[in-house]
Amino acid sequence: MKIRVERDGLADAVAWVARSLPARPSVPVLGGVLLEAGAGPDDTDALTVSGFDYEVSATVGVPATIADGGKALVSGRLLADITKALPAQPVDITVDGSRATITCGSARFSLPTMPVEDYPQLPAQPALAGELAGDTFGQAVAQVAVASGKDDTLPMLTGMRLEITGDTLTMVATDRFRLAMKEFTWQPAEGMEDAAVLVPARTLAEAAKSLGSSGTTVRLGLSSSEGLLGLSGAGRYATTRLLDAEFPPYRQLLPSQHTSRAVLEVGALAEAIKRVSLVAERGTQVRLEFADQSLRLTAGGDDEGSAEEELPVEYEGEPVTIAFNPGYLSDGLAALNSDRAELTFTTPNRPALLKPTDAEGTVESGYLYLLMPVRLPG
Amino acid sequence: MGRNTGLPETLRHLRITADSAQEAWPDDTGCGVLHIDMDAFFAAVELRTRPELVDKPVIIAGSGGRSVVLSANYPAREFGVRSAMPVAAARRLCPHAVYLPPTRGAYSEVSAAVMAVFAEFTPLVEPLSLDEAFLAVGGALKRLRTTPVRIGAEIRARIAAEHGITCSVGIAPVKFAAKLASGMAKPDAMVVVPRDQVLEFLHPLPVSALAGVGQRTNAALERAGLRTIADVATTPLARLRRVVGTAAGEHLHALANGDDPRPVEPDSPDKSLGAEQTFDVDQGDHDVLARELLELSERVAATLRAKGLAAKTVVVKIRFADFTTITRSRSLPTSTDVAHEIQACAQALLAANVQQGSLVRLLGVRAEGLSTRDSGQQLRLDADEPRWRDAELAADTARDRFGTSAVRPASLLRWSSTDRARAGADHGKTDTDR
Repeated sequence: MKIRVERDGLADAVAWVARSLPARPSVPVLGGVLLEAGAGPDDTDALTVSGFDYEVSATVGVPATIADGGKALVSGRLLADITKALPAQPVDITVDGSRATITCGSARFSLPTMPVEDYPQLPAQPALAGELAGDTFGQAVAQVAVASGKDDTLPMLTGMRLEITGDTLTMVATDRFRLAMKEFTWQPAEGMEDAAVLVPARTLAEAAKSLGSSGTTVRLGLSSSEGLLGLSGAGRYATTRLLDAEFPPYRQLLPSQHTSRAVLEVGALAEAIKRVSLVAERGTQVRLEFADQSLRLTAGGDDEGSAEEELPVEYEGEPVTIAFNPGYLSDGLAALNSDRAELTFTTPNRPALLKPTDAEGTVESGYLYLLMPVRLPG
Repeated sequence: MGRNTGLPETLRHLRITADSAQEAWPDDTGCGVLHIDMDAFFAAVELRTRPELVDKPVIIAGSGGRSVVLSANYPAREFGVRSAMPVAAARRLCPHAVYLPPTRGAYSEVSAAVMAVFAEFTPLVEPLSLDEAFLAVGGALKRLRTTPVRIGAEIRARIAAEHGITCSVGIAPVKFAAKLASGMAKPDAMVVVPRDQVLEFLHPLPVSALAGVGQRTNAALERAGLRTIADVATTPLARLRRVVGTAAGEHLHALANGDDPRPVEPDSPDKSLGAEQTFDVDQGDHDVLARELLELSERVAATLRAKGLAAKTVVVKIRFADFTTITRSRSLPTSTDVAHEIQACAQALLAANVQQGSLVRLLGVRAEGLSTRDSGQQLRLDADEPRWRDAELAADTARDRFGTSAVRPASLLRWSSTDRARAGADHGKTDTDR
C-alpha cells in the first residue's frame, strides 16, 4: 500500500473510528483500525478507515491518491494520536511487510502492523429503515440518553428503546429513577414495518453526536434477524449490536393526571438548584415548596449547613413540598432544550413530569422527562 | 493485634502490677492516653463459670472442621496456641486442652459492661473491638484529682471485682505507644511509658511494632536494612519515602519519632459493616455461592436497618481455595438497606470475578459509604423496591419476637446457619488479644 491523503480528513476519520474502539481490547487486533486503499463507496479512489469490536463498527472514507492499493491493520489509539499531532501537510502512508510508515512534512513514523487476516469481517449495513435530519436525530438522542442506566448489572436499562410506528419514531430510556421519552415524525423507508428495538444508549449517543451535525441526513438501518442497528450520514457508517433484553413496560407508568401544575423559568431554576445543592451532600435531595405563585427551594440541614432560595412561579394546586435528587432534576431541565417548562405531579411520593413549554406556558408536545421524587423522612 | 512484644529487661521498672508499691510507679505526667485490653477475653469470660479450669489450657473455638481459635487462655498460649489459628493446628500443639464452644451473646454483654466502667472515668472512650479501647484521660485528671496510673489501677481493680476478668493497660502520651505498652503489660498488669522515655521505649522494638507495618512493608524495610524502630527514626525521610512510598514513609517516620497525632475519637460512626463466611468445604457450585451471598446480604442489611443506616457501596470479598483473596466493589445508584439489592449487586460482582468451577474458601459481603436513613429515599418508577423493603422490615419484626430463624428467604430454608461452621461467633470476630 502506498497512498497520499489530506491531513485533516485523515485525522477526523481516524479519530472518529478510534473513539468506538474498546479501551481494553480482549484481543490486540480489536484495538486496531483497518486501513483499506482502493475504490471508495462512490467508486473514486479512497482510503477507508474501519474499526470493529464485535459490538460496534465504524467505517469512513477519505479521498486519497492511491499509488498502490492494499490493506493494513495498525493500533487505533496510536494512529489517532499521531494523525492528530501531524502538521497541516499531505500525509503519505506506505505499508511494507510488517511496518506502516507515515510521513508528513519532516515527521516520519514507523508503526508495526497486525495481521489483517485475524481481523473480523465488518457487518454489512442493515436494510434502510428510515431517515431524518441529522440535528433532529442528534438532539433527540441526547435528550433521551440522559435518563439511561449506567449500571451494567441491569442491561435492559442501559439501552434506549426505539419504536417505529408508521411515521412516528419514539425513543425512550429509563434508569428506574427517571424516564425520558421523545416522539416525532420521520421518513420511514418504503415498506418499513413497525418495530421496537433496544440499542445500547451510550453507543447511540456517541454516534449521534458525530453524525448529528446540522445539514446532514442520518439514515437508520435495522436488521432484527441479525440484531443490528445501522447509522450513516456524511460518509460515515456505523453499526451496533442490539441489546437482547426486555425493556420495562413503561407506558402504563406515565401519569395521566395531575393535581398540581407549575410553569417554571428553566434557567433561573437550574441556577438556583446549583446553588442550594452546594449544601446537599452527594445524592441528597433538594426540597421544592410550592405555594401560591412562589417556589421555595431548600437543601441541607443543621449538621451540614442549609440553603434556601425563592423563585416566582406560576402554580396551580394545593401548597405542597416535593423533593428531588438535584442531579436528576438538573439533568431533566437541561434536556428540555427550552426556556420554560411545565412541572406536574399529584402527591410528593408519586412521579412528576417535566415538559417543555412555549413562552405562554403551553406545552410543546414530543418530549417528556418523568422524575421520581425522594421520599422525605417522617 | 499480634504485635505483642515482651517488655525489655531494661524497662522492667515501667511495669506495674496490683502489688507494685505506689512510690515505685513511674512518672506519668502528660501520659493522657490509656489503652485497655482484656486478657484472653472470650476464654476469661467462659472461665468465670468454670473456675476449675483456670490453670488448665482452655481454648474457645467453634466445632466446624475449619473453625479457628477464637481465644486461648495463658496456659494454652504456653503451648504456642494463638487466636485465629485453625483449630486443627491448635489440637496438634495442645491436644490435652479443654475445647469450649463460644457462648453467643455473652462476650458482647460483658464488653458493654466493661465499656460502661470506662465511661465512668472519661467520656473519651474509643472502642477498637469488643475487648479493647483507647481512653483519653487528660481532661479527667483535674476533675477526679487523680493520675493516669491511678485511673488505670482503679479500672483494673473494678473490672476484676465486678466482672471476674483481668485486663492489661498501656499508659503513654500517644495512642500507639499506649497500645504497644498494653501488649507488653500482658497479662494482668500495666506498663507506663513516661513522656521523656518514649523514644527509649520505642527504639529497640522491631519495625513490625509500628502501626501500619504489615508483611509487605516489613519486608521492604528489611531489604533496606531497617530492623528496629530506631533504624526507621534515624533514616532520612527522603530515603524512607523511596523504600515504602511517600505516605507510608511519612507515617512511619512520625511514629518512629514518637509522634502520633491521632486523637482518641469516641464513638466513631460506623464506616462500614459486613459479614463473611468460611465454607467447611471449598465450594465451586455457583448456586451454593449465591445462597451464601443471600445469607450474608440478609445479615448485612438487617444490621444496617437495625442501626438506621443505608449503604452506597457493596464490597464482595472472595478467598479462593489457594488463599488468593480479592475484594471487588460497586456503587449503587442510591443508598440502600435492602438485602435484595445488596445481594443483586454482590451477585453481579461474584459472577464477574469467579470463573465457573473455581473453588471458593470464603465469601464476604461488606456495606460501605454509610449514611443515615433519615436523609430521604429516592423512589423508583417500578414499585418493586418498596415492597422488598417492606417485606424485610416485616421479617425484622418477626425475628425480633420469635428469634432469628423465624422468617428466612425460601432459598435459605434448608440452609440453617447451624449446619455450617461459623468462622467465629459474633460475625467472625476473634479475640484481638493474640
